[in-house]
Amino acid sequence: MSTVIQPAKTPGTAGTPRETSGTRLAVRRFLRNRLAVAGLGVVMFFVLFCFVGPLVYHTDQTHTALQQVNLSPSGAHWLGTDAVGHDELGRLMYGGKVSLTVGLAAGVLATVVGTLWGAAAGYAGGWIDAVMMRIVDAGIAIPALFILLVVSAITTPGLPGLILILGLVSWLVPSRLIRAETLTLKNRDYVLTLRAIGGTHARAILRHILPNSVSTIIVATTFQIADAILLVAYVSYLGLGVQPPTTDWGGMLSAGLTAAYSGYWWLILPPGLAIILVVWAFNAIGDGLRDAFDVRGRG
Amino acid sequence: MTATQASDAPAAEPILELDDLGVVFTTESAEVPAVRGVSLHVRPGETLALVGESGSGKSTVALAAMGLLAGNARATGRAVIDGTDIVGADEAGLAALRGRTVSMVFQEPATALDPLTRIGKQIAEVIRNHNDVSAKDAAARAVGLLRRVGIPEPEKRAAAYPFQLSGGQRQRVVIAMAIANDPALLIADEPTTALDVTVQAEILDLLRRLAAETGTGVLLVTHNMGVVADFADRVAVMYQGRIVETGPVEDVLLRPSHDYTRRLLAAVPRLSVAESDERPTAGEVRPDDGSGSGDATAPVVELRDISVVFGRGKRSVHALDGISLVVSPGETLGLVGESGSGKSTAARVALGLIPPTSGAVSLFGADLARTRSRARRRLRSGIGVVLQDPVASLDARMTVGECVAEPLRVHRRELSARDQRSRVEAVLDRVRLPRDIVRRAPGELSGGQRQRVSLARALVLEPRLLVADEPTSALDVSVQESVLKVITELQDELGFACLFVSHDLAVVQHFARRVAVMRAGRIEEQGPTGETLLHPETDYTRRLLAAVPVPDPVVQRGRRAERLATLAAGRMEAEA
Repeated sequence: MSTVIQPAKTPGTAGTPRETSGTRLAVRRFLRNRLAVAGLGVVMFFVLFCFVGPLVYHTDQTHTALQQVNLSPSGAHWLGTDAVGHDELGRLMYGGKVSLTVGLAAGVLATVVGTLWGAAAGYAGGWIDAVMMRIVDAGIAIPALFILLVVSAITTPGLPGLILILGLVSWLVPSRLIRAETLTLKNRDYVLTLRAIGGTHARAILRHILPNSVSTIIVATTFQIADAILLVAYVSYLGLGVQPPTTDWGGMLSAGLTAAYSGYWWLILPPGLAIILVVWAFNAIGDGLRDAFDVRGRG
Repeated sequence: MTATQASDAPAAEPILELDDLGVVFTTESAEVPAVRGVSLHVRPGETLALVGESGSGKSTVALAAMGLLAGNARATGRAVIDGTDIVGADEAGLAALRGRTVSMVFQEPATALDPLTRIGKQIAEVIRNHNDVSAKDAAARAVGLLRRVGIPEPEKRAAAYPFQLSGGQRQRVVIAMAIANDPALLIADEPTTALDVTVQAEILDLLRRLAAETGTGVLLVTHNMGVVADFADRVAVMYQGRIVETGPVEDVLLRPSHDYTRRLLAAVPRLSVAESDERPTAGEVRPDDGSGSGDATAPVVELRDISVVFGRGKRSVHALDGISLVVSPGETLGLVGESGSGKSTAARVALGLIPPTSGAVSLFGADLARTRSRARRRLRSGIGVVLQDPVASLDARMTVGECVAEPLRVHRRELSARDQRSRVEAVLDRVRLPRDIVRRAPGELSGGQRQRVSLARALVLEPRLLVADEPTSALDVSVQESVLKVITELQDELGFACLFVSHDLAVVQHFARRVAVMRAGRIEEQGPTGETLLHPETDYTRRLLAAVPVPDPVVQRGRRAERLATLAAGRMEAEA
């Protein structure tokens, strides 16, 4: 269950001292998880790198510079330059901005939509729940990548469009999680008591069920962000994501691969490693949070 | 080695001897001592009851004696069973001992059995763990054990899965497993707490008979003084990890010497079995002041011919089968019955949480089916609710102040924040909680404090009806006493009516003016408490009353003899 603030009761303890608050206990458990803390460090590093880095390390990422293409790493260009002469380190920051923004926004959007859908279905119950969850089942049956490819083939999405599409294909799993949570929470005594004295359904959901699902929601969000970052890299790698001169790590990887056989490793390793590290980091944070809150696994 | 040779010498060597036993738990926040310097012994053929309230350490002592302490516990001192010291013994040594020399019966029979294995096989497994016998012989002995613990048609029942048995039968199976290898010592941790009183009486009869037959020593862990009076030879009272008093059952229960034992016994609600001047203190009818909506003279709640059916077709369950109940203004109606009798369902129908399949509910004189949802919502503001589980009743994410203020936020939104706060403080005063508790989290409070917070929340709108579903069942007796006292006083002061659901006949007898006895979705009988619970009209109520153990060993012995005689007479009649 979520965080009912009673840690596993030791049988027959006499004179138990006052329990530390649940949140503080969760933070302490999280901080004891080394992988999760490392993940948090990696995410913080990349956020600083992508959003503060360009303020310190100025590069031109809009104009091509055909006199200096595919230069290997040197004092002037720490990670070399790419096929149209952009500084690779600067590009890593520039592309990371897009990857992280889209990933975070799409992950959060997916969780928000999924949470509302799942909470509504679980709380309503009966045939409403059945219909809503069959829609989710149908959605899960269609591979997200397939939808993405079709949509990208029809239109060329901008940044907001990409966030919207990614968010709308990945809300299904969190909606199932939250529905399950709601099913147990709606029969808690405090919700029954509220309903018995004439409290509204909105109050039951907003004041009791959602706050008590918050740990599940947070954990789901971190996993959703990791998935979204991977998905956006995927789509861009296939050349269907953001369009040049804007780029993201997936796009950089794709551009670098055309030069793979020429030995230009600096075009492939940095964006590839960045993707792997960030996705791993978010997953590690999610794992750590899940253990700290002690909620069920995902999916 | 065990029983046979021991039973012929009355002062035989103790089979269990604890000497200065201590247990410390290491938790996330601190080292918590649970048991301190406990010394006791159990001789063959004798039953020692270890009693105490929750947190006294009594279960920890039982687990330590079996070597079953959790990984974060550390035991000190000595716990000797049949010459082997359990403290510091290795797993192999313990395994040889457990199930053969000592075995255990736990509280919850549903989780003590493997749901996917036939019961005969589970018992046979215990036999074969310690004896080199063929599967066939073990199966035959398992059937014999099932017969000994009183399972009807044991040959057929051996092939049943646990879910096909009732709770009482499951506990009999657990006991059959415990006695499979004729242990010299049986440790029973609240063996009847999860069972109904009539089943409890049967299980206690069974344990008594088995212990007498084989000379097995029994360490009985319980919080129920009636069970102690019914079953134990000697009693050890635990308080805060220590034994405060030990002695023969008559001495401890009738002439307690320690102050704590005296307080504990005083708090136990006693079932009056004879006419007395004592009248329920609560529930005097008082004129209604006519506040609130609806007809002031009408019953506060009336259920007319209510049926509730869960599910459809063949698998449907009739939870309620045409019951009618009335609660008049200011009175307390006690709704009693065993588990599955439908008493909680009836309360939930009255609360509007379960829609009746047929029949009509009227609340404060208005038919609920014929009121619009907004009006219904307003009617509901006249209800206060207290439910059983002190942990689940309060939202752990809110502060106590927010919990208590919630009904005001629902129905009295026009009140300013300051008015709300002053009302919350006033109602906290009424339930005798300090005002500064508003900023604390429910998780920091004790069970009794939480139930008072629930009560404060129920009373903050000054309701005309309080629905209390087992409000004190999860609490220790001393805490139960104080919570019931607060409810009684407030009822006298505020004059609300009360629908009081409980399985505890003694509590209902003290608390309710009228009582309705439920069984299998029907009302068996109802009437004034003094009549119905002293001179019941139906056999069922009589059996129910006879099964309640009273915390007086002398009286209880007489009641037991009477009950068994009645049962035997009934059986003879049935055969004739």
